[in-house]
Amino acid sequence: MKDIADIRADFPILGRKVYGKPLVYFDNGATTQKPQCVIDAVDKVYEEYNGNIHRGVHFLSDMSSEAYENARENVRSFINAGKREEVIFTSGTTGAINGVAFSFGEQYIKPGDEVILSRLEHHANIVPWQMMCERKGAVLRVIPINDNGEILLGEYYKLLTPRTKLVAVTQASNALGTILPLKEIITAAHSAGAPVLIDGAQGIQHGIVDMKKLDCDFYVFSGHKIYGPNGIGVLYGKEKWLDEMPPFQGGGDMVDKVTFEKTTYNELPFKFEAGTMNYPAAVGLASALDYVTAIGRENICVREKELLSYANERLFPVKELIIYGNSENKISTISFHIKNVHQYDTGMILDKMGIAVRTGTHCAQPVMDRFGIDGTVRASLCFYNTKEEIDALANGIEKVKTMFA
Amino acid sequence: MTINEVQNNIIDEFSFFDDWMDKYNLLIDLGKDLPVIDPKYKVKDFLIEGCQSKVWLHPDFDGKLISFSADSDAIITRGIVALLIKVLSNRSPEEIIATDLYFIDKIGLRQNLSPTRSNGLLSMVRQMKLYAMAYNARKG
Repeated sequence: MKDIADIRADFPILGRKVYGKPLVYFDNGATTQKPQCVIDAVDKVYEEYNGNIHRGVHFLSDMSSEAYENARENVRSFINAGKREEVIFTSGTTGAINGVAFSFGEQYIKPGDEVILSRLEHHANIVPWQMMCERKGAVLRVIPINDNGEILLGEYYKLLTPRTKLVAVTQASNALGTILPLKEIITAAHSAGAPVLIDGAQGIQHGIVDMKKLDCDFYVFSGHKIYGPNGIGVLYGKEKWLDEMPPFQGGGDMVDKVTFEKTTYNELPFKFEAGTMNYPAAVGLASALDYVTAIGRENICVREKELLSYANERLFPVKELIIYGNSENKISTISFHIKNVHQYDTGMILDKMGIAVRTGTHCAQPVMDRFGIDGTVRASLCFYNTKEEIDALANGIEKVKTMFA
Repeated sequence: MTINEVQNNIIDEFSFFDDWMDKYNLLIDLGKDLPVIDPKYKVKDFLIEGCQSKVWLHPDFDGKLISFSADSDAIITRGIVALLIKVLSNRSPEEIIATDLYFIDKIGLRQNLSPTRSNGLLSMVRQMKLYAMAYNARKG
């Protein structure tokens, strides 16, 4: 694997200072920083070949369209999907889940039907289903979690009934870091005849994701959480579902023939891509995926495991520190609380020391309610972080403790 | 003292410190010293919900002056709450309505009162002014 100093040099922002202190960026769960190659790839679109995709006869439009479709192929190969038609670009994870919730709901959901989620979901994988259930008279069922922040598989199996029309779970909890047992979840759902959507927003950047092996029906993720640009995301869906589901947005490019009496829709994947897509970001995402592949996904896994175990080693012994989410199987995210210190106070002091963490409920209020807390401090690490940065966090925590004692 | 004299005193007090850590220590002390709000006011009716921290604010009007008591679950927020109370409590509704709170900016805490920091403070200032307007209207 590339040397850590060289890796960090790939990300220009990591070299900057905040309040005169070296930046320690531990908010990768919210968004990751971008390597120079991604920034360059997006710049290059605008500098050299910007033209709207799929609808021009001219040179630039052709070039843009080709780059956009190459990006799709790149995503397909990265997640090992069967066909490029199964890869839909969206605005992000939220856009993708909202799209599926609408279209799937329209096509398949009837009053009394049930959708199963887990207690670990981000609001983006709760609210769209709630909205759909309200519209369709369907019911949400929730898989409970234990004190370690792991879902109770036994309880999940009990929730699966002939009424279950879909299971939508996250690959990893954004608030606690827990990785979910996807294989078990998917196999059981399929045995019960229910398709599965996986929210990969906190998963795809931390390991190898293979659609053929995973065999989920839908998989969604955001570009900006895997070192790509903002404003681009992916909806993978098995062709059999996408073929049957109606589009979730109408507009240009997604149509076959339009008259005022009736419109027929374009073929996959364009049926789900209405209007001008964010093609420069798609090109940037492709560059990010290339970058991740070049670093090596196995290498990233190993390095992040090392960082997590070092962070645990440094933080577990800290008196007055409670860590929420203690599953054996975690991404490199540590959610914690310093006793008698409000998470906002902790976050503000760490910020002034140059350490960027997230505080609050992390858009996962049901998780906070489960533990009876109103928020945590979350340090979400990724492969470009260092042990020295973890030391800086540990020192920062000691400083917070003395200030608020 | 006029409202602006109080604001200027706060600016002087903070100007002793160059280091942000000292400023925050001062805020923490101010937060700790803030008189405790009557528990009966620490309820939903007086809660200003922020995404990051909560603020409770209760007004009392004796026909001339408004006095405020307040609290927050985060100490740094409570320190800033204490400053706002120092400046705006025991003032007439007209004074409160007309006040330009320039001290926040001058002591380098503007980011704490920006809409991007959902800590309840910006809403608290708005709420203080709204109470003042309501009492003013009632008085008139």
